[in-house]
Amino acid sequence: MTAPSQDGIGTATAAAPTPPRRSRVPKARLFTWPLLLGLLGTAALVTLSLFVGVYDIFGAEDGGHMFVVTRIPRTIALVLAGAAMAMCGLVMQLLTQNRFVEPTTTGTTEWAGLGLLGVMILMPEASLVTKMIGAVVMAFIGTMVFFAFLRRVTLKSSVIVPIVGMMLAAVVGAFSSYIALSTNMLQSMGIWFAGSFTAILRGQYEPLWIVGIVIVAVFIVADRFTVAGLGEEVATNVGLNYRRVLLIGTGLIAVAAGVVTVVVGNLPFLGLIVPNIVSMFRGDDLRSNLPWVCLTGISVVTVCDIIGRVIIMPFEVPVSLILSVLGAVVFIILLLRGRRRV
Amino acid sequence: MITLESVKKNYSAEVTIGPIDLTIPVGGVTALVGPNGAGKSTLLTMVGRLLGMDEGGVEIAGYDVATTNSKDLAKIVSILRQENHFVTRLTVRQLVGFGRFPHSKGRLTTVDEAMISRAIDFLGLEELEGRYLDELSGGQRQRAYVAMVLAQDTEYLLLDEPLNNLDMQHSVQMMRHLRRAATELGRTVVIVLHDINFAGHYADRICAMKGGSVVEYGTPEEIMTDEVLTRVFDTPVEVVDGPRGRLAVYY
Amino acid sequence: MSDPVESEPVETAADGGESRGTATRTTPPLPAIDPGDLPASPATTAAAADRHAGPLPNARARRRYRLIVAGLAVLALVLAFANLAWDNPMPIDTQGFWIIAEMRSTSLIIMVIVGFCQATATVAFQTVANNRIITPSIMGFESLYAVVQTAAVFFIGAAGVTAVQGVPQFLGQVALMVLFSALLYGWLLTGRYGNMQVMLLVGIILGGGLGAMSTFMQRMLTPSEFDILTARLIGSIANADASYLWISIPLVVAAGGALWLSARRLNVLALGRQTAINLGVNHRRQSILVLLLVSVLMAVSTALVGPMMFLGFLVAMISYQLADTHDHRYVFPMAWLLGFVTLAGAYFVLKNIFYAQGAVGIIIEIIGGSFFLGYLLRKGRL
Repeated sequence: MTAPSQDGIGTATAAAPTPPRRSRVPKARLFTWPLLLGLLGTAALVTLSLFVGVYDIFGAEDGGHMFVVTRIPRTIALVLAGAAMAMCGLVMQLLTQNRFVEPTTTGTTEWAGLGLLGVMILMPEASLVTKMIGAVVMAFIGTMVFFAFLRRVTLKSSVIVPIVGMMLAAVVGAFSSYIALSTNMLQSMGIWFAGSFTAILRGQYEPLWIVGIVIVAVFIVADRFTVAGLGEEVATNVGLNYRRVLLIGTGLIAVAAGVVTVVVGNLPFLGLIVPNIVSMFRGDDLRSNLPWVCLTGISVVTVCDIIGRVIIMPFEVPVSLILSVLGAVVFIILLLRGRRRV
Repeated sequence: MITLESVKKNYSAEVTIGPIDLTIPVGGVTALVGPNGAGKSTLLTMVGRLLGMDEGGVEIAGYDVATTNSKDLAKIVSILRQENHFVTRLTVRQLVGFGRFPHSKGRLTTVDEAMISRAIDFLGLEELEGRYLDELSGGQRQRAYVAMVLAQDTEYLLLDEPLNNLDMQHSVQMMRHLRRAATELGRTVVIVLHDINFAGHYADRICAMKGGSVVEYGTPEEIMTDEVLTRVFDTPVEVVDGPRGRLAVYY
Repeated sequence: MSDPVESEPVETAADGGESRGTATRTTPPLPAIDPGDLPASPATTAAAADRHAGPLPNARARRRYRLIVAGLAVLALVLAFANLAWDNPMPIDTQGFWIIAEMRSTSLIIMVIVGFCQATATVAFQTVANNRIITPSIMGFESLYAVVQTAAVFFIGAAGVTAVQGVPQFLGQVALMVLFSALLYGWLLTGRYGNMQVMLLVGIILGGGLGAMSTFMQRMLTPSEFDILTARLIGSIANADASYLWISIPLVVAAGGALWLSARRLNVLALGRQTAINLGVNHRRQSILVLLLVSVLMAVSTALVGPMMFLGFLVAMISYQLADTHDHRYVFPMAWLLGFVTLAGAYFVLKNIFYAQGAVGIIIEIIGGSFFLGYLLRKGRL
């Protein structure tokens, strides 16, 4: 590259310009040793989950049967839900350039819950798939509402965004509560909205595999989300169809949130904790963070579920409670660390 | 006068402002200039007690800004930063009226009203007096805020880049008025400026900052030279004699 | 072109002289306008007296405000009387009528109190937080209340609900909520890292966490216990116990009165942290004080009738629109009137037209919540 000329006006000066030398940027390798270690660690946790529980699968008569009917599905559900919600959180953070945004702090899961409630009231005998569709549709609407609000906010990275998001969640939650109250479904709603893997059985959770598609899709489209997050003008400038990317992102989030909410329930703060912890350790390199976000999501949920199964054995504490406490602590720590001295 | 003694602020391991020792005498306009990130706004904010310092002290007219009651300080020194994001429904006159708060605590007397009118007139805002702030342009709002600070009627005025949103005409008028306030009324004006030529023409003293420290402090004659400006701004600057004084040319 | 009145030098600081010496003026005030510098301005012939900066900028605004306040006051009286007299089985000139009216008057008094608490607290809170898309309810008061009620039922059973009734328990709940807030403010608003927005968000998160605990305990209740509990968890005038009034009213008058008296300072706080400090207001100390007073009001209201999340938001939003001024001295009264009118009106309509008087809290929440959503999407601006 030729040096900038001192006379002020840029000229193609006398000497023929030499072709720019392309500097070598080492491409971050996807399959590195740490990642393989992480994979092993997560696999270990998952295996542990297969063998923790009240039922004695080795000794009892139909232990093998129970293993296949509850343990394996439960563990698979953990893997899928954990990875999906973590990715959801990541997608939202990319699209909004705000670290504290994720389905539970923006009302998306509340909208999904509202959708589920609506289906339960209008069609009490609805199948799992119908419920999921209802939840997904409402989650989509809710996420669009949030993004519509976000367009008017100038400082997107500020703390105001999650504040308003949580107010929004509170409003929608209040709506759901009151509808449930008047149809006498409040306690039931509380039960199936609180995320728990207790009720996962073979034959009842299979639709959860849909989120597997979401996870794969995010791997493919993640770069575009990052660009879209820089704003409509910047994105359009580099040739990205902003609206289409936003809709795709919203769709993926809605599907994941809707499906997980129906099958598992609410997994609070998961999408907040995981991407932030990953970027605390690895910085913000998206490409190589993606598999880590997945693995960490799976690990966190698995650990919380194991704790939930063990802590007051033989009873179970639902994952959502543990995640609430853990998530609240992590969220607060993140906030406190980000403060500036006045 | 304003005295800064070993004023220091640590933002992080890498970014530090100070230690700064500086004395700004009474009266006249002092301009704070320097490249981006030099710490000019931070320094001004610390002097105006809007920001705490980690070490050192600042005294204005003998009052220590860290220990003196803010109510009393508000009658001696006023500070205006970049325009605030406002929530309330205020007309220009109501905003300027707040400038009298340190003196009258919200109960405006005829004296206060007269001073408000004066401040508004000085900045050419009479026609906009009854308009709401959200109906104005950025530059007009900026002038309204400066009018508020003027109505506060303090000896020391600290202004952080007040010319940012103003067009040519209003920038010149603003500087002219600040110049008059300093010369005729003996006010002490400290102003952060991006345009070195405004500083060179209107200021009595220029304080140049770079990388968190004061690198130059002197009269415009001393500062407006090729060598000094090139060093401070890290870009070639040539100072020529213009029709009204020295001009820095750096395009 | 008349010369504005020559003003005398400003008097010296008369505020107790805590500082070293008094702040005396050494320079004369601004002189008259020098026409040379300014462009010719047309309207300076207006006499100085015509130009003043009242809270309501012109006569039309003043008239409008008075009309609206008068209208609301009349409406309030009408609703009050309607609530007392409508569908009163006794004819109006018998003693029985007045006995029934007296029973109903307790509800009215409670509406007055709750309207006052929610309106004043929300307006002051929004000012200090510099944010109109927020309500103090979300800061954990409701969650804390819910936890206490739920824990009572969880550990003691259905009798738990009555166990937390009674004046000492009422005061205990109020004290608990105020203490929680005080700890939160003390932790996050003081010191070198004090930050309002972080404090707000942490308050919301803690509220959420407490809510999760309540929900967890609620799952394990029997359906009948749960029903008893929910009756306490939805804001309801009927929940209120008249025996709490003699202690609530002084608390509310003290806290609310203090806020009304600080109206001028609140006006300055509304300008933002930097402008407020510039004008000599100790932003941090004043904010914490205001927030503590807000906590007292919210605690009393919640302990009295249960959670009412969006009433304050609804009332505050509409009062700002109707009053159309920044001055809290004008917004507070408007908000109080609106608060009462909303409660009394909703109560009347639901009781007599829809025969659903138990649903007042719910309906207000739904309406308030819808306003919130609408405001968010339409204006978006804080």
